[in-house]
Amino acid sequence: MIEFFTENKDMIFIVILMIFVGVEVIGKVPAVLHTPLMSGANAIHGVVVVGAILLMLNTEADNYLALGLGTVAVFLGTLNVVGGFVVTDRMLEMFKKRK
Amino acid sequence: MQIDIQHIIYLLASVTFILGLKMLSNAKTAKNGNLLAAGGMVAAIITAIVFHEGAVSAVIYGLIFGAIVLGTVVGWLTAKRVQMTKMPELVSLFNGMGGACAALIGLVEFHHNVGDSMSMTVILAGMVIGSVSFSGSMIAWAKLNGKIKNAIRLPKYNILNTLILISLFAYGAWIVWTGTGSELHLYVLFVAALGYGILFVLPIGGADMPVVISLLNSFTGLAAAFGGFLYGNQVMLTGGILVGSAGTLLTLVMCKAMNRPLFNVIFGAFGAGTESVGESGPQGSVREVGPSDLAVQLNYSKKVIIVPGYGLAVAQAQHVIKELETILEERGVEVTYAIHPVAGRMPGHMNVLLAESNVEYDKLKEMEDINPEFSQTDVVLVVGANDVVNPAAKNDPSSPIYGMPILDVENAKACIVNKRSMNAGYAGIENELFFRDKTQMLFGDAKKVLTELVTELKALD
Repeated sequence: MIEFFTENKDMIFIVILMIFVGVEVIGKVPAVLHTPLMSGANAIHGVVVVGAILLMLNTEADNYLALGLGTVAVFLGTLNVVGGFVVTDRMLEMFKKRK
Repeated sequence: MQIDIQHIIYLLASVTFILGLKMLSNAKTAKNGNLLAAGGMVAAIITAIVFHEGAVSAVIYGLIFGAIVLGTVVGWLTAKRVQMTKMPELVSLFNGMGGACAALIGLVEFHHNVGDSMSMTVILAGMVIGSVSFSGSMIAWAKLNGKIKNAIRLPKYNILNTLILISLFAYGAWIVWTGTGSELHLYVLFVAALGYGILFVLPIGGADMPVVISLLNSFTGLAAAFGGFLYGNQVMLTGGILVGSAGTLLTLVMCKAMNRPLFNVIFGAFGAGTESVGESGPQGSVREVGPSDLAVQLNYSKKVIIVPGYGLAVAQAQHVIKELETILEERGVEVTYAIHPVAGRMPGHMNVLLAESNVEYDKLKEMEDINPEFSQTDVVLVVGANDVVNPAAKNDPSSPIYGMPILDVENAKACIVNKRSMNAGYAGIENELFFRDKTQMLFGDAKKVLTELVTELKALD
């Protein structure tokens, strides 16, 4: 346990601090903005696509199964990112129209 | 040096995520916040590709770019073309894609890390959570767009689901413990996780889908964070945990708006006693009203409150309701909208929808502000809403929605309810409001009958 902590202490610091940041950032949000906020957060976890890209970059060129799955993963992750941000933008567009 | 630049960009991207999310919680800054986070995301993705060390074949670069371009085009077009009413289900769909991405990463990385119990734990956790998020989101998506109509419950589904969940944990732990490199176990775990996601969401009623999507959203965040742990990638870790924690809080905030603890949403699904409630529900006769009579009634009112619900969104009646508002205002009638926190399929759904037809922001009143006003109101027009105006929430302790705050439409002098039929609402329970003396029913598709109503009003001039 202690060993695990020592090896990953930077990561663990990030995790703990980000939990608090996440809670702080959302606090006191008006109900009107729940949907866009959820949608925006949805786009942000699309950062998982970075993992899919790293996976591809680390795969040997002749490992077809891994490359196939990896390509699908990059595609799906990109869908999450692009679709997520664009949908959020469209939702917020509606709010802006009424000056 | 390259590594330093890479880390600086990852750091900046993380900051844009935090600031973006912060700005999203304020109406004025929301749009820029979203763009800021999007910019950070693009920077993070480019950095991951450009600063990679070691030789990579051109084929792999080609595959990556191909997938990104295809994903961008498909995602962009889907998001641009979808109707406003279908946005909640689209969010669920995209959430599922993120979950699937995390699950695939786990599937591929597994055999690289056999024997390293730390990495295996991280990989399996990310894969299981990603899979649950994926299949759960797909079910939520199907429920929201009506492909799956009713809550489907296997016998003793709560116990069954809990057992499956425990088995998933145990099986995953066993794989790590034995350090087995067998792909078979990996795929069995993968399929079991997919199955759990389906069984987890199936029993939950459509009215609770927003909460479920928000919860699955934070699951995907968590899955992304496990990916960050695996690759030692800070931007995945910060982005993932940020969404995981913010998403969990948002889920709880939504539950609070409905006055239903998260536990009840997951385990005590709405309408669990539907049969009995359906039989013994309020009976009696309802009074019907036609568009022409209603037009007269509205024309001579002083104050009208419109209560929009999901039916309005389904019928795409947001423009005609704005037309109704305009014509009534011209006749000197005061018109406002009462927005229940969970009206529609997502909190804020109605606001977005009505904003589309240029209804003024000031006219949308939240529940706490508008409830005292009903007693001075001549006519309340309920359009496609049901559970959020059901008095059973206040006076029937046996009702599944008992305790949920509702709009006090019964205090108004008259209440007109537009519905397509007498079918029960999403919670699957009868509404005694419809049988009250002050209530009149206006049956029909919201867009159709409201258009008729507007025509009748114009003829009255």
